[in-house]
Amino acid sequence: MTDESLTRQDAAYVARLARIDLTDEELDLYAGQLAVVLDHAAQVAALDTTGVEPTAHPLPLKNVLRPDAPRPCLDRDEVLAQAPAVEYHRFRVPRILGDPQ
Amino acid sequence: MTTALHLAEQVRTGAVSAADVVERHLAAIDESDGAVHAFLTVLHDAARRQAAEIDGRVAAGEDPGPLAGVPVALKDNLCTRGVPTTCSSRILDGWCPPYDATVVERVRRAGAVVMGKTNLDEFAMGSSTENSAFGPTRNPYAADRVPGGSSGGSAAAVAAGLVPLALGSDTGGSIRQPAALCGVVGMKPTYGTVSRYGLVAFASSLDQIGPFSATVADAAALFDAIAGHDPLDSTSLDRPAPRSVENLDEGVAGMRVGLPRELVDGVAPEVAAQVRRAAEVLSAAGANVTECTIPELSYGLSAYYLLAPAEASSNLSRYDGVRYGLRVDGDDVEAMMRATRAAGFGPEVKRRIMLGTYALSAGYYDAYYGQAQKVRTLIINAFDNAYRHADVLLGATTPTTAFPLGDKVDDPMAMYLSDVCTVPSNLAGHPAISVPFGADGDGLPIGVQVLAPALCEPLVFRVGAVLEEAAPAPAAPALAAATWTGR
Repeated sequence: MTDESLTRQDAAYVARLARIDLTDEELDLYAGQLAVVLDHAAQVAALDTTGVEPTAHPLPLKNVLRPDAPRPCLDRDEVLAQAPAVEYHRFRVPRILGDPQ
Repeated sequence: MTTALHLAEQVRTGAVSAADVVERHLAAIDESDGAVHAFLTVLHDAARRQAAEIDGRVAAGEDPGPLAGVPVALKDNLCTRGVPTTCSSRILDGWCPPYDATVVERVRRAGAVVMGKTNLDEFAMGSSTENSAFGPTRNPYAADRVPGGSSGGSAAAVAAGLVPLALGSDTGGSIRQPAALCGVVGMKPTYGTVSRYGLVAFASSLDQIGPFSATVADAAALFDAIAGHDPLDSTSLDRPAPRSVENLDEGVAGMRVGLPRELVDGVAPEVAAQVRRAAEVLSAAGANVTECTIPELSYGLSAYYLLAPAEASSNLSRYDGVRYGLRVDGDDVEAMMRATRAAGFGPEVKRRIMLGTYALSAGYYDAYYGQAQKVRTLIINAFDNAYRHADVLLGATTPTTAFPLGDKVDDPMAMYLSDVCTVPSNLAGHPAISVPFGADGDGLPIGVQVLAPALCEPLVFRVGAVLEEAAPAPAAPALAAATWTGR
């Protein structure tokens, strides 16, 4: 966290994690811009937070339950009508497994 | 004076028809929105049908609700069944949700008429509404200036007199900042008081829906209409929401008002001068105003720009070309997803996803995301401490008035700094309002902000009403429609 410089390779790794194809031009742009934001964030990183609990959420979160009773749900055809590709009343996607060879 | 509450009163008593109110506002939109570009979708037919239904209920002796016949605009990240909901993103172009957001059902139940969907920064990420795939919205006070963002379309629609009411969402200031820049009232409620069901998620621990209006009373009425528990949102508070419209005029006598220097120093001199004038107004009205310091507030922005992108990078993983919206073909499913997201997301959304993914990635999680979460705790504790000595806090809403279009689009950090006065309330989950209070030398509106502890909406509105009463009367915006009435 002390070294805020980001390389194109760092940006490419993050883009891969985020599943976005970025051009080399975009990678260079975002590497530079992210470095500026992270530099600003360095003041937060430098704060002494020993013994401070993290806050994930402004409310004390608790599990919310409801009776396990049937109730109306979204209309299947209406939902599927929004999908880019549908087959046999299901979402259709390109192949998921890699080439056998 | 045609406020939303006055319009509703006239419709409920039959003095004017909802049909007439809706026609006048549709005409105003058709005439003026070409110049403003507040709307992405205008629902002419649906609005007319809803107005006719309300008039029918009035004729039958029924009460169509506290906002009967009042036109309302919805930020286009609120789901509307069968009506395009784009989030100003190509990745959702053409998507029609199969359900309505809870707030949409609630405004309709209150009798308000949904006029259309308003422009925003893509997925609510931005402070100028320039990050819209469908082009920027213009500030009604100066066509070459931004309206603020991300709810810039909703703010501009109210400012230009196109609708008396609008809904927006506020993750780091996206209601209050555009309200300040457009000279209207904008309010972010306590986290959990308004259901987020059907609000397209940006940063789920920070997002909250809230009202825009020309007057504080109208904002309170719209808040009352949308607030309250909703079993469809697991973070919705299971308790009655604080009613706000009834005790609006109780004043501020004896109220303790803190003026944190972190929300005054460092903003433009003309903005700071209006905040100090606002403090004098409250003082003259009987409040006990004291200057204070909350140093932790200055860490809010840095923490926010780690936490919000981190949550966004997770929330936006759902846009993968499988179930809705855009798909760009690829050899296998992952190539399809990468190509779809590359083509569908704009530059700011890609930037935030990159930033958030980085902050959450192995080796950086503790230093960035984990540390920002701890700083969030420090900010909450600092607010709690400040509220031992003050009932409300007063400060600037924004560091500057509306800036020129294009001024900050190439400098993300400069754009992010627009949110410095507003993000602390989101991190704490507290309510805050921006009320128009004077203008700068160029006639651009200035907003002052009132902050309060969780569930103290009635206080926020009461202080806002006192400020509104004493605020210099606004000039008519350059792009105002014939329906513009000011306060």
